[in-house]
Amino acid sequence: MEILTYTFFITFLAMTFRMATPVLLGTLGEAFAERSGILNLGIEGIMLVGASIGFMVTYFMGSLWLGIFTAAFMGLLMGLLMAFLSVTLGAQQHVAGLGITFLGTGLSFFLYRLFVAPEGGVPPTIVPFRPVEIPGLSGIPVLGPTIFTQPVLVYLALILVPIVGFIFYRTTLGLNLTAVGQNPKAADTAGINVFRIRYLCLLIAGALAGIAGAWFSMAQSSQFLPGMTMGRGWVCVALVIFANWSPYRILGGALLFGGIDALQTTFAALGVAFPYRILQMLPYIFTIVILVAVARRATYPAALLQPYRREG
Amino acid sequence: MRFPKLKVEKRPLPDLKTKILWPVLSILIALGIGAILIAAAGVDPLTGYYHLFSGALGDVHAISETLWRFTPLLLTGTAVALAFRCKFWNIGAEGQMLIGATVATFFGVSFIGTPSWLLIPLVIISGFLAGALWAVIPAILKAKFKADEVVTTLLGNWIILYFVGYLVEGPWRDPTSLWPESPAIAATAVFPRLVSGYRVHIGFIIAIFFAILFFIVLRKTVWGSQIKAVGANPRAADFMGIKVTRVLITVAILSGGIAGIAGVNELCGTHLHMKGLGFFGGTGELSWGYGYAGVFIAMLGGLSAIGVPVAAFFMAVMIQGSRAMYRATGVPSPFFYAMEGIILVCLLLGIFLTYYRIRRVKG
Repeated sequence: MEILTYTFFITFLAMTFRMATPVLLGTLGEAFAERSGILNLGIEGIMLVGASIGFMVTYFMGSLWLGIFTAAFMGLLMGLLMAFLSVTLGAQQHVAGLGITFLGTGLSFFLYRLFVAPEGGVPPTIVPFRPVEIPGLSGIPVLGPTIFTQPVLVYLALILVPIVGFIFYRTTLGLNLTAVGQNPKAADTAGINVFRIRYLCLLIAGALAGIAGAWFSMAQSSQFLPGMTMGRGWVCVALVIFANWSPYRILGGALLFGGIDALQTTFAALGVAFPYRILQMLPYIFTIVILVAVARRATYPAALLQPYRREG
Repeated sequence: MRFPKLKVEKRPLPDLKTKILWPVLSILIALGIGAILIAAAGVDPLTGYYHLFSGALGDVHAISETLWRFTPLLLTGTAVALAFRCKFWNIGAEGQMLIGATVATFFGVSFIGTPSWLLIPLVIISGFLAGALWAVIPAILKAKFKADEVVTTLLGNWIILYFVGYLVEGPWRDPTSLWPESPAIAATAVFPRLVSGYRVHIGFIIAIFFAILFFIVLRKTVWGSQIKAVGANPRAADFMGIKVTRVLITVAILSGGIAGIAGVNELCGTHLHMKGLGFFGGTGELSWGYGYAGVFIAMLGGLSAIGVPVAAFFMAVMIQGSRAMYRATGVPSPFFYAMEGIILVCLLLGIFLTYYRIRRVKG
């Protein structure tokens, strides 16, 4: 029984990090966008583009890394489109974001049917990212088989947390993008290029969402399915509020979400006698609960949702 | 990144011609981009579009099928447009549809033997109430806790989706059926067809009723002007003495209720059994993603009482036509899903060009 509990715990902890990875990547990207004043509701669609393009490139070219790179690049292009709509055209950000999500969701489904699996066809699979043991560290009890034996993307997401923290709090870029998100007019007067900063932030947000999406088809599973991100993009939109736009709290929020998600997956895997469809609701209920818990105290970037246009 | 030396300036006041010209032009541009998708599938775009439009509008049967799809789309489009009108970003129509259908299934299956004149109103009203209740929760969370309703309504879809999956795979499952679905609803709960032999049913009239109601609410009622005021500027509306929370909650009730009826419509007009999760993640097998399509329709229709029915019809043509194009030429039928996004992006450009013009400046 003791071994079973230990095994359960290790499986659960390892699963937590895996489930947290895509939301961590996506939410870090969302933090860039929102700190600069743009609500990026396109994230779910960009994730799906990343999932489908990453899968397709890997499937046809046989290289996982090329797949990830293309997913990031396509995410970047989607971010560019979001930036064009919301920054250059000054479109309503809710509408622009939903438009991007419709585009990404629809295109990924269409391209999948066109190039990979026609209607009624058997969805093909790829060999996904395998866990990589970090030499020296993977031998540590508990931490070794959980944190230090993971697919590379998990490490990438974890390393990004301090990097993003450094960018936000210790670099000129970080200060500038926060200024742009708080008061674009003042930032502009101070000589900061508001448009350039917002474009840059949406490109970063897009690329990270693209990689986050690729996780689903290239690491979590070995195939692409339409809509397979299962609302994780929207979870990111909730988590960034929960984390008050701070990368370290985002890590906390992502691990919390990952934990709940892992709980339901591990339960299902262990064959716990509880309807698994009900367990599947848990991550969504949990996300709504934590959003409601913090929403009142959240300090939104002051210029969020406001398009900026130079006068004169 | 270098921005070209262009100057954007507001048009004095766009006239009606400009207001119609640009959106129409942007849809034509979107169809042009769609032609590239069709060509990518190895099909001549003109042939593809011919099959698409003739498959949706070519003969009486095709038109009937298109109207049969138009019915739930008009309902969800109206539901979402109403909510968006007061900036209640309800993207939960998919879940509201499904919960409406679920409750209607309960009555439709339990009350076998009840006459139609009683059972049909019962399933419609119960579906309305269920959808309304599910939409009111995010509205209250928004009013009381400032919880972003984009997130809560959308994640709510997933909760309902799994709940429906649980029901039809577990306690509600019809043991005689090969796949997970509930037993059939009573024959007296089935929506009668308008013309025998064609799938258009009385749901069509219900949908038209709500579209007209939306028109009247917006144009002729105090509540409608309150909705518009809250949508334009909630703070100013509050200052004017409008009870913003009350507007929000009442809008959520009607919006969710209409979406709930869309679910009843699909249950009693199309499927007759409650069904589980669809192939496309996030959609129900019963709702076919019509809830999300409602969001597209509301935006394409400019949230207007005239625009939404036009957009819903256009979407019905695209869905029905994409199926026809697939059968005739093999262009994958998710074509219409891709077109939703392409059209919206082009439309945003079109709206921009309606209100602004771009001039080159020297230097």
